[in-house]
This record gives sequence, structure tokens and C-alpha cells, in this order.
Amino acid sequence: MSNTRPEQRPEAGPDGTEPYVRLERLTKKFGEFVAVDDVTLNIRRGEIFCLLGASGCGKTTLLRMLAGFEQPTSGSIRIDGVDVTALPPYERPVNMMFQSYALFPHMTVEQNVAFGLRQDRVPRAAIRTRVAAMLELVRMREFARRKPHQLSGGQRQRVALARSLVKQPKLLLLDEPLAALDKKLRQHTQFELINIQETLGVTFVVVTHDQEEAMTLATRIGVMNHGEIIQVGTPTDIYEYPNSRFVADFIGSVNLFEGRLIEDEPDYVRVAAPELGGVFHVGHGVSAAPGATVWVALRPEKIQISRTAPDGAGDNRVAGVVSEIAYLGDQSVYLVRLATGRQVRVTQPNIVRQSSAGRLTWDEPVWLSWEPGSPVVVTQ
Amino acid sequence: MRRWSLGAGRFAVTAVPALWLLLFFAVPFLIVLKISVSGMRLGMPPYEPLITWASSLVFELRVHLDHYAFLWQDPLYRNAWLNSLQVAAVSTLLCLLLGYPLAWGIARATPAWRNLLLLLIMLPFWTSFLLRVYAWLGILKNNGLINNTLLALGVIDRPIVMLQTDFAVYLGIVYSYLPFMVLPLYAAIEKLDQTLLEAAADLGCRPFRAFLAVTLPLTWGGIVAGSLLVFIPAVGEFVIPALLGGPDSLMIGRVLWEEFFNNRDWPVASAVAIAMLLLLVLPIVVFQHVQGRTPVVR
Repeated sequence: MSNTRPEQRPEAGPDGTEPYVRLERLTKKFGEFVAVDDVTLNIRRGEIFCLLGASGCGKTTLLRMLAGFEQPTSGSIRIDGVDVTALPPYERPVNMMFQSYALFPHMTVEQNVAFGLRQDRVPRAAIRTRVAAMLELVRMREFARRKPHQLSGGQRQRVALARSLVKQPKLLLLDEPLAALDKKLRQHTQFELINIQETLGVTFVVVTHDQEEAMTLATRIGVMNHGEIIQVGTPTDIYEYPNSRFVADFIGSVNLFEGRLIEDEPDYVRVAAPELGGVFHVGHGVSAAPGATVWVALRPEKIQISRTAPDGAGDNRVAGVVSEIAYLGDQSVYLVRLATGRQVRVTQPNIVRQSSAGRLTWDEPVWLSWEPGSPVVVTQ
Repeated sequence: MRRWSLGAGRFAVTAVPALWLLLFFAVPFLIVLKISVSGMRLGMPPYEPLITWASSLVFELRVHLDHYAFLWQDPLYRNAWLNSLQVAAVSTLLCLLLGYPLAWGIARATPAWRNLLLLLIMLPFWTSFLLRVYAWLGILKNNGLINNTLLALGVIDRPIVMLQTDFAVYLGIVYSYLPFMVLPLYAAIEKLDQTLLEAAADLGCRPFRAFLAVTLPLTWGGIVAGSLLVFIPAVGEFVIPALLGGPDSLMIGRVLWEEFFNNRDWPVASAVAIAMLLLLVLPIVVFQHVQGRTPVVR
């Protein structure tokens, strides 16, 4: 299990050409407030790129600059080799699905979907067939004559999707596409969105604050904070190899330990963590000076919990006492208090149906251990 | 018991406006209707009774429809009516053209500005309508504010005749009724969701087309309400043409006044009033019918 941090994949196409969408040093200021701060980002053709961040992190402003609703303070946007920075929204090969869907209330479903094609003076017959095909794709054909207010939330969402896809945009922007749906429908719609994207091959840029949504939808995720992109990578990269405390903490849950680099080899490092009361042996190298302060991120599901001490002696183990237990059905969450007073979160899948006798209980002394490949050292 | 009191409460709530309408609208209307079909005579009152008792059990009902026939035959009334419609229609259009951008600006201003601007729109109502029309006399007359200023600046060397022209009538009507146009338009535009315009632009719609395809239909209710609020009173307007218009600015309200007070021909004046009412109500009913057919837009 050798864990070297993967190289950032080259964003250029496989033939080494320019990326499909290129944001270069994009900055947007509202007065003194910097909403988007010097963002450079490449998006590949046909991918679902998720901009993930808490509200106010600048992800929506970034999306609105792509759509043309906001003019960047500086920087440029190129789509498929064309600089669109100065183009108004109605001249960009980009369509957007709005968070509120923004369906025209005075038009039927059919008219809503046809609206974009009518602007381009597409012949009537062609409009009819393309609208019908698009409504078929989102399974809304029998609702073609309805007005938006006669539809449910999920149906409106599908009409909005059809309307934004019917012009076959080079880039489809989705602003919190599933936020207005209830949980069951949201999970179902996520996979539907992926299917439609794969069918049409349109490049998607999705803005969301919901990490689960981002993980399910995205081929790559850009994590944003305070107008900056902190990390770009596949969902696995982001989850398993966060490049900072912020990303580690933002995606999923994590146990973060501050520590000091005491041994620094190319293929492993050892970190002394006072809060742990022990030493982390981490199976990847880092670029930091010996003695530097670093942080070790350890995911709860990567920790084994047992009543007996693991074999051997040394690093990557610690004793503690169970202080809280939450049984969630598919898994159980344990909070284990270490001798240093630090609480560690541990989750274990409930693989076998446990009898109450075999279960760990409160105040039981336990051992925690993990593989060298499990923790990640972050330096910032 | 409870049901009864609920019913009684409902009755009381509807009875007050109903009674009001009956006393101050239906009854006067019927009186005017009655006078309009009575014969004219000199004396007090200047019309014949509708019903005369021949003996204790026989009465005569004399209905004069000749006043209405007279209205039809004499081109004066038809012209006055058509002229009133024209003045009202043009004024409504002018109010709409002025009021729409005004309302748009107010609706899109920051909240603090918005309240101030709305206040300014309503401010003229603090002063009596009549006084404000008189004020225009002072501004427009030959030695009034505008002419004196222009003369003093040397732009003109003899006063421009503005008073007693159609221009003055239009100016007066547009000035007086503009707030009635702006307020319903403001309410409609303020409700309009801005993201709909962004959606239109996103789908390739240029701003002007977006205005026609999205903004106009979605603010149609405000346009209709504002136009009716201007058009209806403008048709029957008397004060403005009387004070600012020339002797040849023939409007139905003025004809009515002259018929009543100069000619003292109450039956014909009443017939004019009834005809005016019917001719006004008719287009409104048609309009409401058309409006009712377009589905409700949320």
C-alpha cells in the first residue's frame, strides 16, 4: 500500500490542446469586497465540474461570470478557444439552470423550452421536434401544455433542465440544481442528471454547497473558500488527499491532530502529536522541513477499534475509553476519549448483526489503530 | 346561534358598502335616468313629471326617448364624445409612456430611494386638484412663468400661446393623472422576478425582445389597471378642458355642464350623462371579459 500523493492531472485534453473552458486570473470585486479572488481554472470537455463551498464563498459569483451576468473585474474566460469575457449573456454559447428555475410563468412548458430556439430563429418544424425530443428526455412530454404553476417542484426542475439543454450549449451551468427538491427526489434526480449528461455529452459546471451532491455528480470538484479555489480534484482526490486542513474538514468528517515532523523520509514521515499522546507513522512523503508544525487528518472510518491491543508495538495506535456511541443502522459512531482528553471519532460498519453481548459499551477501554496509508499530513 | 351570528356578521359587512352604493350610486343614477326620459319644460324643476294622474285610478306614463334621438342627430354630441375619447386615449398613452420608465426606475431603486420616490409621486395629492390646475394657468399664460422666462432670456420675442390650446389640455390631464398610472405599474414591476430577465438573456434574448416577451406580459395587469384609472376619469374630465382648453376644445364633460347650467335643459343633459356612462361601461366590460379569458399568472 504505497501512498504517494497523485500528481494533479493535466487539464489539457488528451491531445495536449487547450482546455475546453479556461478561467484565467479571474477576479470579481463588489466595492471593497472580493467575491472571487484570482481564480485560474481549467475545465475539460464533457466533464461535470462541481464548485463546492459554503454560502458566500464566491461560487455563485463565479458561475454568474461564466453566464455573463457579472462582468469580471479582471481576468478572462475562454470557452472552446473563444474569449467570451466581454460577451453579453445572450451571445454566449452557455446556458444556465437557475436555482429558482426561473421558468416563465406566462408560458406553457412547451413555450418555455422553445423560448431559446425561437430567439435563434430556428424554423418552426425544427423547434417542434427538438422541444418534443427534449421533453421526452426529461419525461415531461405529457405536461407540455401545462403552465409552471401547475407542476410539482420535481417537474419544474426537469422543465428547467430541458429549457437549458435544448440549445445544445457548449457549457451548462447549474446553480444548486437539486437544492429545492426533497431528499428522496434529490437522490433519484442526481443519477438522472448524470445519465442525461452522458447521453448529451454537454459539459456541466455545477455549483453546490452540498458535498454529497458534489461527490455523486462530479468528475472533478473545485473546493472554494473566501473567493479562492483551495483544491481541484476528483471526488477521491478531495476526500482521500485533501491539501489543507480546510478541505479535510469541509469534506466529510475528520479527526485533525496538530503535530511536529520528527522524521522525514521520501516514502514516509513520522509526526509526534501531543494531543494523540503518540506518533503517527504516515506512508507518504511531505514537502516540509523537519521540526515543522503539520496537521494529520484521519478519517473516522479508517480507524479500527478493538478491545485487545493490536499485535506488535509502536506507532499508529492509541488506547482510550468509549465515551459516546451512536448506532446508525448501517454503521456505528464511537467517540473515544484518549488519555490526553482528546475525543476521537471512529465509525465502524455494522457488517454482522451484533448481539448486545458482543457490542462495545460506554466506558469500555478500547484500542484504536490504523494503517500507515490511512492518515494524511497537511502542511497548511 | 353561532351560525346565525356569523351570517349576520357577513350580512353587516356586505350591507354597508351595498347600502352606500345604493344610496350614492343607484338612486342618483335612477333619478338621472328618469330625468333623461322626461319632457322638458320651463319652470322649477325644468322637466315634466314622468307619471301624471288622470283620475284616481288612471295614470299616464310619458317616456320621452326624443332626447336620445336628439343626441344621435346633433353632431355636437357625437363629436364631443369622440373628441373626449381621443383626448383620453392619447393622454392615457402619454401617461403610459412616461409612467412605465418612471415606475421601472422606482421599482429598481434601492429601498431607501424607492420610498422617497414613491412619496414624491404621491406628494401632489396634498394639494387640491383644482388648485394645481389653476397653478398651470399661471405657468402657461402669455405673461406666465414660461413665457416670461423665455422672453427675459431672449429666446423668443413674443409670447408663445399655450393656454387654451389642446396642448394645455393634454399637459393638464397627463400631469394630473400620471400618479394613477405610476402606482399600479410600480406594483406590477416591483413583483417581477429579475431572474426571469436573466433567464431570457441566458437563452439568447436581447434586452428589447426580453422586454416584449417577458416584462410586458408579466406587467400587463399593471398596465391595464393604470390605463383604466387614467382613461375613465379623463373621458369625463371637465375642470381641465374648462380651465386650460380653448373654446373649441369640445369634451363631453364640458357639453354636459353647458347643457345643465347654460341651456338649463336637464333632460338632454341627463341623456348625455346616461349615454356617456353606457359608452364608457361598454368598452370596460368588453375589456374585463378579454382579461378574464387570459389565465391567471402567478
